[in-house]
Amino acid sequence: MKKVIGAVAAAAVALGLGAAAYAQSGTQTVKIGVLSDMSSLYQDIGGPGSVAAAKLAVEDFNKINPNLKVEIVSGDHQNKPDVGSSIATKWFDADGVDMIVDIPNSGVALAVSQVAANKNKVFLANGPASSDLTGAKCNPNTIHWAYDTWMLANGTGKAMVKTGGDTWFFLTADYAFGHALERDTAAVVEKNGGKVLGKVRHPLNTSDFSSFLLQAQSSKAKVIGLANAGGDTINSIKQAAEFGIVKGGQSLAGLLVFSSDVNALGLETAQGLVLTATWYWDMNDANREWTKRWHAAGGPSGKVPTMIHAGVYSSVLHYLKAVAATKQSKDGAAVVAEMKKMPTDDILFGKGTVREDGRKIHPAYLFEVKKPSESKKPGDFYKLRATIPADEAFRPLKEGGCPLVKS
Amino acid sequence: MANATETIGASASPANSKSEMIALAVMTVVLVIAPAVVYPLFLMKALCFALFACAFNLLIGYVGLLSFGHALFFGWASYFSAHLLKEVGLTPELAIIVATLGAGALGVVTGLLAIRRQGIYFAMITLALAQMMFFFALQAPFTHGEDGIQGVQRGKLFGLIPLGNEITMYFFVLVVFLAAFLLIYRIIYSPFGEVLKAIRENEPRAISLGYKTERYKLLAFVLSATLAGLAGALKAVVFQLASLTDVHWTMSGEVVLMTLVGGLGTVFGPVVGAFVIVAMQSYLAGFGQWVTVIQGAIFVICVLLFRRGIVGEIANYLRIRL
Amino acid sequence: MFEIFGIPSQALFGQLLIGLINGSFYALLSLGLAVIFGMLNIINFAHGAQYMMGAFVAYLVLQYTGIGYWGALIVAPIIVGITGIIIERTMLKQLYKLDHLYGLLLTFGLALVIEGVFRNYFGASGLPYQMPPSLAGGHNLGFMFLPNYRGWVVGASLAVCLATWFVIEKTRLGAYLRAATENPTLVRSFGINVPRMITLTYGFGVALAAFAGVMAAPIYNVSPQMGSDIIIVVFAVVVIGGMGSIMGAIVTGFGLGVAEGLTKVFFPEASSTVIFVIMAIVLLIRPAGLFGRG
Repeated sequence: MKKVIGAVAAAAVALGLGAAAYAQSGTQTVKIGVLSDMSSLYQDIGGPGSVAAAKLAVEDFNKINPNLKVEIVSGDHQNKPDVGSSIATKWFDADGVDMIVDIPNSGVALAVSQVAANKNKVFLANGPASSDLTGAKCNPNTIHWAYDTWMLANGTGKAMVKTGGDTWFFLTADYAFGHALERDTAAVVEKNGGKVLGKVRHPLNTSDFSSFLLQAQSSKAKVIGLANAGGDTINSIKQAAEFGIVKGGQSLAGLLVFSSDVNALGLETAQGLVLTATWYWDMNDANREWTKRWHAAGGPSGKVPTMIHAGVYSSVLHYLKAVAATKQSKDGAAVVAEMKKMPTDDILFGKGTVREDGRKIHPAYLFEVKKPSESKKPGDFYKLRATIPADEAFRPLKEGGCPLVKS
Repeated sequence: MANATETIGASASPANSKSEMIALAVMTVVLVIAPAVVYPLFLMKALCFALFACAFNLLIGYVGLLSFGHALFFGWASYFSAHLLKEVGLTPELAIIVATLGAGALGVVTGLLAIRRQGIYFAMITLALAQMMFFFALQAPFTHGEDGIQGVQRGKLFGLIPLGNEITMYFFVLVVFLAAFLLIYRIIYSPFGEVLKAIRENEPRAISLGYKTERYKLLAFVLSATLAGLAGALKAVVFQLASLTDVHWTMSGEVVLMTLVGGLGTVFGPVVGAFVIVAMQSYLAGFGQWVTVIQGAIFVICVLLFRRGIVGEIANYLRIRL
Repeated sequence: MFEIFGIPSQALFGQLLIGLINGSFYALLSLGLAVIFGMLNIINFAHGAQYMMGAFVAYLVLQYTGIGYWGALIVAPIIVGITGIIIERTMLKQLYKLDHLYGLLLTFGLALVIEGVFRNYFGASGLPYQMPPSLAGGHNLGFMFLPNYRGWVVGASLAVCLATWFVIEKTRLGAYLRAATENPTLVRSFGINVPRMITLTYGFGVALAAFAGVMAAPIYNVSPQMGSDIIIVVFAVVVIGGMGSIMGAIVTGFGLGVAEGLTKVFFPEASSTVIFVIMAIVLLIRPAGLFGRG
């Protein structure tokens, strides 16, 4: 008799718990935090545009799964690791945020990646470039989505060498990101039979590059690689035009260039620049359609979405699908594991996968900036030079040094 | 600041005025209860900045020297502290002490260069020296440049008490803050402090009375730098990282803003100012784009209309000393 | 072709020339600051923001009225100069009887506001401004390729610097100005409208900043941050030159340009720091700056 009562009691408890769990998953709310640079250098490549992209992802997800309620909050890390890390900590600890997305700054991203791992939440890195996020600093709670330094170096470096640009001179921003970009690109150049003739390191946020460009000119290298970003890249290119570098026969390779940079330069100055990206708004109808929706959802007018914005959309969508599949959002590592198991599929990046080391895999594209005469409308900046298939675009799994990869 | 038409801070008066003692008691009680209601990490951030502002106020409110480069001491101490905790493996209290002394050493060198001038020249020199040290920080390998020193473990206080728990950490920070605050209070109302105020009011007269004003100013500068360093070293332990933000000149500007808003030359002004500004930044984080504009506007309004600051205005209205 | 310290002489001369060109730009930039400080004893922290406004006005004026570079060189300084006059009349005026440090704090706050507003409105990446066709291209001097625009920069900077110095130090107007700041009451008793002179002087200093901004627009990225990136260097120039001396700012500007240029050749990573190292050394030997008056 006691055994029967015991069994019934156990069954009742199990049923009760099961019902509770089921009820939980039925009215679940997931909270997403878009942490970006809203007020300084990177506000155009991330910023409010990332929030708009996240909103679109939630909209599209709810069309196929209306049961999962999603809430979006946003914050400004101002490019400061301590601000970013304290917002992330507060969000995870006190505000019930389950996942953080974006962060266009490698320093901040590395800090937040740690926080996410410590608290078992999720971090979808779209903004930062550092390939260390899926290398030595990888962890089971972080996925690196849109792009990274290895892909940029490989895309532009290899393509330029193969089309005859086999001697290089680097103009490098003297900090970790610049060094990494220069190192990765130099390795690619040399692997493909090219030679690095020299390099010069300039301080971050330099306005005047004439002295460095002069050195680049006298090296007679066929390609001048710009291992810098943002304002430094814009100034380098603007002044290179002034010094007649391209007219004199040398090419410029922008190793990290966004459409907002091209906009700041103007096509007159930027024409002929070669760059690599994983997404471009004007490449096909689906992208153009999405861009219209992006503007309506809050994407700043007068600007076009970047690959980071597209990445935010794609990663948030895939995340929500994984949450629905695992019926919970509190155990971050479990959701990330599911994201790695499920193949990805969305209108912007098509079909792809997420690897063990947290690297999202998709094709990359080599673009060239159009001449002013070739541009038919505002934002019409690039023409496609080559497509790099997904399995070649990113660093091979074994080479990253990620402890999660079982060798 | 000399020759101001309104008195900033009181001139020679006895220490331990009743109003100040009451304010001190109130502040302590509030800070002890606060973590029950407010997110501890926010409180710790505010306390570190309050200490930074108090240290800065020592120089501007009581000696009349506006330093626009205090981020130098704050930021470099935070780098030292983070490095000592992470790479050298010191316990937190040792790391903080060594880092603070490091800031003091930087204070001596900077002070020797800067004290030769006063007023605007002094401000410009401190700014430029701080900027030079910013570029050193950008280059030096141990700071890891843009990434900063990350993933610093808080460790165990005295080797015994783990500081990972937010509440334990908070009370440690509170104790350090109160100790430093009391130290500053004692300095202000000591004979040394009276000489400083005399120098602020009329330096030639002080010299004619036989005081070696350069030495007094240098000592005050070094004290201010050391305590600013203490704030920075603490902050590195709280946030578990040290970054370029802390050595950038905008950080120097922020501490000026906090002290101005709170009340230059009042004892409690910097504390209030720091809490107000940190709260504002936290509250406005959602409107990130407007934070700098609002801070700039507050600067302008304070300078034009509101020079006494919050605490200064209260003290003036109630005719008490705070 | 011989080598100096491992650098071919040709390259070295090229870098020296570049350094000189940059120096002329520094001199032009620090001129406005030196005028305002020398005449009015105000540290105009908003100088960088006003430089930025000059570049932006050039862009806006091109977008909306089609006025190109040459027109902007005149229009932008006037417009920005007027905003400077407004600032002086409404805000700075009230601070003259107070410690000069309040002026510094006010202009610092203004700089934050101006930069923040421009950034919210225009974004952080920058706006395109093309080189005026009449100045594009360059000449091959044998040891380097000199863009025509850089030649124009040296010429225009020298002209403006020397003209300003001449007006302030050698003309009657300049004498009134210098007297007015030393002893306003006495000069007023001569019947000279001192407040108006002060206002116009501030406006002039601001206009100089804007002029430098227009000069920068074709070659430097026109972004809201462009001012704050460069303002600290300009302060260092003024401190080294001596904070009241116009000639000091001009000579130091050129000198530092050359020093920085040489550093970029031999030790490029330190090229941002060298200016401050020089400043520390100068302050040790001559606390008033090279040309400063006590």
